[in-house]
Amino acid sequence: MKPSRRLLMLMSILAAFTLIAAACGNDNSSTSSSSLDSSLGLVTVKSGEDIQIRSLEAITGDVAFLGIPNERATTMAIADYGQIKGHSVSMGTGLDDLCSADGGQAAAQTIVADENVVGVIGTSCSGAATAAAPLVSEAGMVMISGSNTSPALTSDLKGNAGANWVPGYYRTAHNDLFQGKAAATFAYDKLGVRKAAAIHDGDPYTEGLATAFKDAFEKLGGTITTFVAVNKGDTDMVPVLTEVASGSPDLIFFPIFEPEGDFIVQQVGGVAGLEKVTLMAADGLLNDNFLAIPETAGMYFSGPDTRYGDNTNQATGKNANEFLVAYKDAYGEVPSAPFWAHSYDATTLLLEAIKNSSSDDNGTLTISRAGVRSYLYGVKNFSGLIGTLSCDQFGDCGSQKITVIQNTDPTDIAASKANVVFEFAPS
Amino acid sequence: MTAVRVGSARRVSWVDRFLTGLRIVLIALIAAGLVAFVAQQISVDNPFARWRNPDATGLTGDQLKGLVVTGIAQGSMYGLIALGYSMVYGVLGFINFAHGEVFMLGAMSGFVASNKLSANGYWESNFFGSFVIVVVIAILVSTAAAVIMERVAYRPLRDSPRLIPLITSIGVSFFIQNAVLGLLGPNSHSYPQLPEWLAKSRSILTFEIPGTKVMVMVVAALSMAVLWWVVERTKTGKAMRAVAEDKEIAALMGINVDRTIVLTFAIGGAMAGIGGILWGLSFRSVTHLTGFLPGIKAFTAAVVGGVGNLGGAMAGGVSLGAAESLGPQLILEPLGVSGVSQLRDAVAFTALVVVLLFKPSGLFGERLSEDDRT
Amino acid sequence: MSDTAPPKDLFDQDWRRIVRLGAITGLSLIFVALIGMLVQLDTRLIIRRYLSLGYLTIIWIPVVAGYLVSKEVVLEGVTPNRKGPSDVLAGALTGLVGGAGLSLLVVLIDNFDIRDPLINWSPQLLDQLTFAKGIGFGVVIWLVIGAGLGLFGSLSHVVPPLASRAVNTALFTIVSVSILETAITDLLQGFGLSFVTDVVYAKRGALTLTSALVLGAVVMAITVAASGRGRELRVRYDALDAPRRKTANLGLWAAGVMVLLVLPLFLGKIMNELLANVGLFVLLALGLNIVVGLAGILDLGYVAFFAVGGYTTAVLTSPNSPWISPQLPFVVVIFVVIIAAAFVGLAVGAPVIRMRGDYLAIVTLGFGEIVRLLFLSDWLSPYFGGAQGITNIPPVDLGFAEVKGSDPRSVFYLVLFFCAIAIYVSWRLQSSRLGRAWMAIREDEKVAEAMGINTVTAKLAAFVVGAILASFSGAVFAAKVGSIFPSSFLILVSIIILVVVIVGGMGNIIGVIVGAVVLIGVLGGPKQPGLLQELGTYKLLIYGALLVFMMLKRPEGLIPSARRSHELHQEEFLQDAWLRGEVDHDAEAGEGDAAT
Repeated sequence: MKPSRRLLMLMSILAAFTLIAAACGNDNSSTSSSSLDSSLGLVTVKSGEDIQIRSLEAITGDVAFLGIPNERATTMAIADYGQIKGHSVSMGTGLDDLCSADGGQAAAQTIVADENVVGVIGTSCSGAATAAAPLVSEAGMVMISGSNTSPALTSDLKGNAGANWVPGYYRTAHNDLFQGKAAATFAYDKLGVRKAAAIHDGDPYTEGLATAFKDAFEKLGGTITTFVAVNKGDTDMVPVLTEVASGSPDLIFFPIFEPEGDFIVQQVGGVAGLEKVTLMAADGLLNDNFLAIPETAGMYFSGPDTRYGDNTNQATGKNANEFLVAYKDAYGEVPSAPFWAHSYDATTLLLEAIKNSSSDDNGTLTISRAGVRSYLYGVKNFSGLIGTLSCDQFGDCGSQKITVIQNTDPTDIAASKANVVFEFAPS
Repeated sequence: MTAVRVGSARRVSWVDRFLTGLRIVLIALIAAGLVAFVAQQISVDNPFARWRNPDATGLTGDQLKGLVVTGIAQGSMYGLIALGYSMVYGVLGFINFAHGEVFMLGAMSGFVASNKLSANGYWESNFFGSFVIVVVIAILVSTAAAVIMERVAYRPLRDSPRLIPLITSIGVSFFIQNAVLGLLGPNSHSYPQLPEWLAKSRSILTFEIPGTKVMVMVVAALSMAVLWWVVERTKTGKAMRAVAEDKEIAALMGINVDRTIVLTFAIGGAMAGIGGILWGLSFRSVTHLTGFLPGIKAFTAAVVGGVGNLGGAMAGGVSLGAAESLGPQLILEPLGVSGVSQLRDAVAFTALVVVLLFKPSGLFGERLSEDDRT
Repeated sequence: MSDTAPPKDLFDQDWRRIVRLGAITGLSLIFVALIGMLVQLDTRLIIRRYLSLGYLTIIWIPVVAGYLVSKEVVLEGVTPNRKGPSDVLAGALTGLVGGAGLSLLVVLIDNFDIRDPLINWSPQLLDQLTFAKGIGFGVVIWLVIGAGLGLFGSLSHVVPPLASRAVNTALFTIVSVSILETAITDLLQGFGLSFVTDVVYAKRGALTLTSALVLGAVVMAITVAASGRGRELRVRYDALDAPRRKTANLGLWAAGVMVLLVLPLFLGKIMNELLANVGLFVLLALGLNIVVGLAGILDLGYVAFFAVGGYTTAVLTSPNSPWISPQLPFVVVIFVVIIAAAFVGLAVGAPVIRMRGDYLAIVTLGFGEIVRLLFLSDWLSPYFGGAQGITNIPPVDLGFAEVKGSDPRSVFYLVLFFCAIAIYVSWRLQSSRLGRAWMAIREDEKVAEAMGINTVTAKLAAFVVGAILASFSGAVFAAKVGSIFPSSFLILVSIIILVVVIVGGMGNIIGVIVGAVVLIGVLGGPKQPGLLQELGTYKLLIYGALLVFMMLKRPEGLIPSARRSHELHQEEFLQDAWLRGEVDHDAEAGEGDAAT
């Protein structure tokens, strides 16, 4: 429930009084609230009330497999982190970005309507962030995504802001350009492939990644023989594979999702000219269900480095293995996509930022919106579940470490996932 | 457009001129694409081949054959679904939009059954027995769904204006789709693997055909033959044809119209169930959305073949399957369109428009009752 | 029907009917439980601690069954029995059989595990069904609840009609007030009456039990007190002579417009966003209403025109447009949008216009998909951005104000402006020569043609007008969201607009608007959350069920157009006329189209 404006005013007055009282009395807070940057406004949390943050993920529809673990990771991170200066953190009801611009905007509208919200964890899909981030930014809040990867939201890695970059937007997921470059480098240098084809499925994410691969591969000197798309809902992949075959590539990079990915691996063997082609997919297909398909034996997958193992989040002291155990206990299954770790780190970053840019006066917490932003832009060598996080000026905070694994044995998925054949980290 | 316009001379308006122009343009594009394709096949340096698409590479013979085979296999499944549309349209005169969901229910129930069998090891130890069980279950579920649908949603509307049951069927379609989503969840469900002897490729007339596709074509042909026998040679079939021709007179002749209509739905449902199983076995992955696009395509196929015409439905299915599999590569690619596979559905729907522009009653003609021929 | 036979004996029951209805009830209850509504929607509370939306989705079923079991169709010449205890018993028994369905489910879930494949066959469901109090309790409680609810449903036959109406209104109000919580809170806050919110609603959402009871009592009292007033008002309105009725109408319209103009000022962002989304759909629905409702052309690819409007705006205004990027002002762009939409309307319309109604449906559906696929395709991505869409669409600069997505109130006013145009156009066209031509075509195309109507031109005109209205919506949509992706233009959008038009009342402007407000506002649009945003994917299930229900029970819609309603119920009208001995009278005599 959002408190009324009148209540808010009353609260602010009260807060002002307590501030004066605190200033006169002995100062028991770490930061004096007068030192807080109020250029973007302050959020006041009265004694006994919760600090408000929100989760905005794709929790229904096709992409729910991605959004649901993200939302759960956020919930768990809040619980692990505990209170901030005596205040609990509340996520409210998880909001749905519907993996679309219109859905993201509508949900963001409900977030920014509540002036007590400090920040948002999300979105799941870059398309939703395109429409949601401007609203969140305008309201002075921050948004940290665990799974947006579109370069347009941050930068092109050469110091130019992306077309949809807004201040106050951060992400712990990698930038597509890194993954495209990693996959292309692996194919060109390690596998010695000179002719490759790329297939996407018309989703902004897959198209963006396939394009990043194409550009990087061509820059290395290789040839992209075919750049094609399937449609979501297609089942018969023979025509598209025939189109690919007509260019006789040595490798097909198809960073798409299930079930279209299943159809491609199952049907590729039957297409004349593709009997010996090497298959490579990305994190969208890096899940147990897909890896168990017999035809995926020998396939390569690029994706974020998921060997989280003993990486420990410095804010909560939890490591990835402990997280997974707790996740299984709470939800009865393993996470269906690897970005839970990114969301967990994103949440702890936000909470750390709140902790470090707020002041406590006799139980009333004042949070500086500008302070939260500048803290986040200044994050350096934060150790999280995904590795070391450092934010650049465009909000890219992820560890950017990309690995390529090879599925050696569809019956032993854990071993395949650990079978890293290539590592790529930006220099 | 088939209307017999007694006494009213048809006005030749600008629309007719536009349509004539459209016909010419479409034919010219198709012809140009095909010519360029043939030129490509002869030699890629040929000026015709390089006309619009200088990067053209052409296809090898095996690739072309592969496209033909997959088109026909896909088309046979469309045909099986189209039979249900066509029969219902023939008898009741409305598009049962939800027929695609009947097909999906067949595929889903087949998944549930085969998965349970596979969990017990029966699927692997006795494939033939399990196959029969799975097919029977899928047919039962699909038939039941079609019959219930008729009873609950369509029978009360039999005398309404024809758009009313059509809109109702859209609602039914959404309802079933989302009910299955709620019951079984959003993930795609995988059929167990087919045994090696069935799945392996066979060489037939120099065509290399995957076993699943052979199975699809054989089963579709068999089902079609049985259906043809039922409709043309049995008393029930005669009753169906009579009801399709004129319900009232059929009733006067002592035919139980209700029962016949239920039977029509049941047979259409059974065919969709078989189609669903074949779909599941050849693509192995089904979701609650499996029925939507194939359903629309199958109706398109029924219209292409000529609604109410059973042979036409099957032929329409195969033609549509072939068109969407070959069309992008044979016509669009030589014309210099990039990423043609993405436009496959667009090609299928354009094919429908083209057919209706030239033959408003489909390739093989409609068979409808007198008052449906508006 | 003044004369009735004495009530039936208590045990003189139609057992088959009870068992049949009971079984249907039981199956429905099991179905609702197993598709997960009970568990998933439990988070949204209606009355704090006592009733959640999840439970609400099942408890209405036995009530309706209990009501239906003793409702009989009264045939001419048959004297119905007066309702009595036997009917109440029948209701209770039906509810009992239905409740037994859930009891059975409790036992089954406890003993068998078929969670694969039924994902909702879960311990949570069991917990929720047994109220976490053990299996035995769960079995018994559902028998009791079922019987109780069935009995409650059947009571409305025996208590005085006024009492039953009061109870129904009270229940309806309680549920509505709870569902409308966001809206009401927002509105009260806007008027500075937040303390009312704190009285009515619990701190963390939903009504409190006390406020629900008080509300119910107040509404009941008002219903009883105001009983008959509504009809009185109606009678007085009908008694007005033509010019004064016109004044009254004008007054009503003016009041409505004033409310719409002033209301947003008192609303916060959430409600204005909702209103803006509803407005976009009102615009779409008004356009489709011309095509389907007036001209009777079932266009299932209507979303194509929405897309054309959106993409035209995006290409011409966005600095990121990959092709030409003239960055024209919106006011200029809107004229280009009109031309583009009219052109596409003609291009899509011309080939399909002579096709039979249902062929036309499938072909237009195909065109809708073709348009989306073209916008999505890599082939045309140098022009329309393909999968990456077109982003950075600037706000609408009107000179005196700026309309942008982060200020939904401004968007709402812009939408309202276009809605006003759409309403005016629809209203003028309806009674125009063209409008009458459309209605003639809708009723019988052959006859219309024989009467000398140029059906081709008339139908194309409908296509074009509909296309232009949809493109307005697309243009505002693009400016509102600030970016445009092909995934916003799925077939689903066409279908939802169709449902809105049909549920509201095909052919009736007011009906269509009400349909959009109720459906999009409460349930939500394809990608727009409504007030019940917890519904998530069940939204589409409800849309489907609603469409079927409306077609079966009330094909003319919530607020029907009189003419359309006559068409749909022609046989009934004729029958009634025959029964009344008015067989010579034309069934259409005395008809007045409500909207004219």
